[in-house]
Amino acid sequence: MLNTSDILETIRMIRDENLDIRTVTMGISLFDCISDDPERLAEKIYDKVTRSAGRLVEVCCELEQTYGIPIVNKRISVTPLSYIGAGLSPEGFVKLAKVLERAAQELGVNFIGGYSAHVQKGAIKGAEALIESIPEALTETTRICSSINVATTKAGINMDAVAKMGEIIKKTAYLTRDNDSIGCAKLVVFANIPEDNPFMAGAVHGMGEPDTVINVGVSGPGVVAVAVKEAGDCDFSALAETVKRIAFKITRVGQLIASEAARRLGAPYGIVDLSLAPTPAAGDSVAEILENMGLSRCGTHGTTAALALLNDAVKKGGVMASNHVGGLSGAFIPVSEDRGMIEAAKLGTLTLDKLEAMTAVCSVGLDMIAIPGDTSAATISGIIADEISIGVVNNKTTAVRVIPVWGKGVGDSAEFGGLLGYAPIMPVKGESCERFIARGGRIPAPIHSLKN
Amino acid sequence: MKAVVTVTGKDKVGIIAMASAECSKHGVNIVDISQTVMKEYFAMIMLVELDGMKGAFAEFADAMRRAGSDVGVDIRVMHEDIFNSMHII
Repeated sequence: MLNTSDILETIRMIRDENLDIRTVTMGISLFDCISDDPERLAEKIYDKVTRSAGRLVEVCCELEQTYGIPIVNKRISVTPLSYIGAGLSPEGFVKLAKVLERAAQELGVNFIGGYSAHVQKGAIKGAEALIESIPEALTETTRICSSINVATTKAGINMDAVAKMGEIIKKTAYLTRDNDSIGCAKLVVFANIPEDNPFMAGAVHGMGEPDTVINVGVSGPGVVAVAVKEAGDCDFSALAETVKRIAFKITRVGQLIASEAARRLGAPYGIVDLSLAPTPAAGDSVAEILENMGLSRCGTHGTTAALALLNDAVKKGGVMASNHVGGLSGAFIPVSEDRGMIEAAKLGTLTLDKLEAMTAVCSVGLDMIAIPGDTSAATISGIIADEISIGVVNNKTTAVRVIPVWGKGVGDSAEFGGLLGYAPIMPVKGESCERFIARGGRIPAPIHSLKN
Repeated sequence: MKAVVTVTGKDKVGIIAMASAECSKHGVNIVDISQTVMKEYFAMIMLVELDGMKGAFAEFADAMRRAGSDVGVDIRVMHEDIFNSMHII
């Protein structure tokens, strides 16, 4: 039987500590839309997406009302378009992006992910054309998210693709220069991209997924921050236990919503992603959790250890609460979307180097970081190569979503709006890595990729 | 189907009467009820049975919320499963 304090705890989490379901994402396979006629392809994609997700928003609203918990985002991921439109030109891909944008508007979802390609070993023609089209596609649309997987632990790192993505990010920044280069906020470069991630901008519907699927991303940094604060100056074992307990409760809500959404939508339930996803709102910050553990400011010495403890405890608590766990699962550290990170970056305590170290122990990578607009394409590729190496060598997903804000430099800040937040421009190193990036080819897979 | 109604806010005369009248208006049966008052803070929890409910869940939840805000208390109606999921293994 439920007791009063349990019920009031749930109410407090939702009302005062920003507990919510961050996203219900429907994955939709587009393989049955493939056609050699571009017009027919576009038509079939529009029909499949609007038909499959026709009730997504409505069902999520019903669930919000029934269970009393907000579902912040309703989203869609599709099969990477480089496969579906493999014969298209870059212009053809831009048209597909616009078709998906129209579908997103019609359905009332805020993002569709899957403007994507896997190029870890090399690019098929469709991937080359899609990558070429990214700057224009992200300029012409507002709800389409793009992700490119440039490396896996098994395949190594495609450095030609890394070099290319530096240029693509620069071009996207230029084309969306009137809005603080916001196009780059919808573009992620991955190592070991998951096939079932419900979070944007990196959501795709993988090749081994069912025709449609429901994946859910939970949240709740505010809830964890309060629990850590209330735990006081306990030792690390007790601290980890506190986080585990609260992560269990948060994830159970995700599990409930995922299975109920899947049932009502007639789609299989896929996974719950055990992530702590912050927002720029007060009391919804991962940095605040770390600071409540005893750091005077996120980014100072001890931050990586604090984050490692947090990330591990979230997984241990969450995995018990859900029958299928997947996606990115861990603490996110998107700078512009986390009030504590923004403050720490403004003060210079949180630097790009420290963030890189932090990504070695958490999910996902260098995320939503504004850098000077005059950063060279080679330097951006260098940042990508470093981050991707961490993922490849450590058998984990890492990613880079940096925004070289056109016309702005260190001391300025960029405004992305809504959940994407705002960020101070963070300095990058001035010394060149151009000769290194220009080598081209592939960095071989690490020895521990040979597991068989 | 059962739901949990929580009423929280500053204590005043007539909160229970108001909440139970609203339930009765919607054909909602109160199965269990408990309340605590800490300092001036009032927290009432009702377990209600919705099988005989007139109208949709959302209408009842909305009516309760509005009735609460009229007298300055927060009323939430939530399916019992969210609490069962979080607190019972």
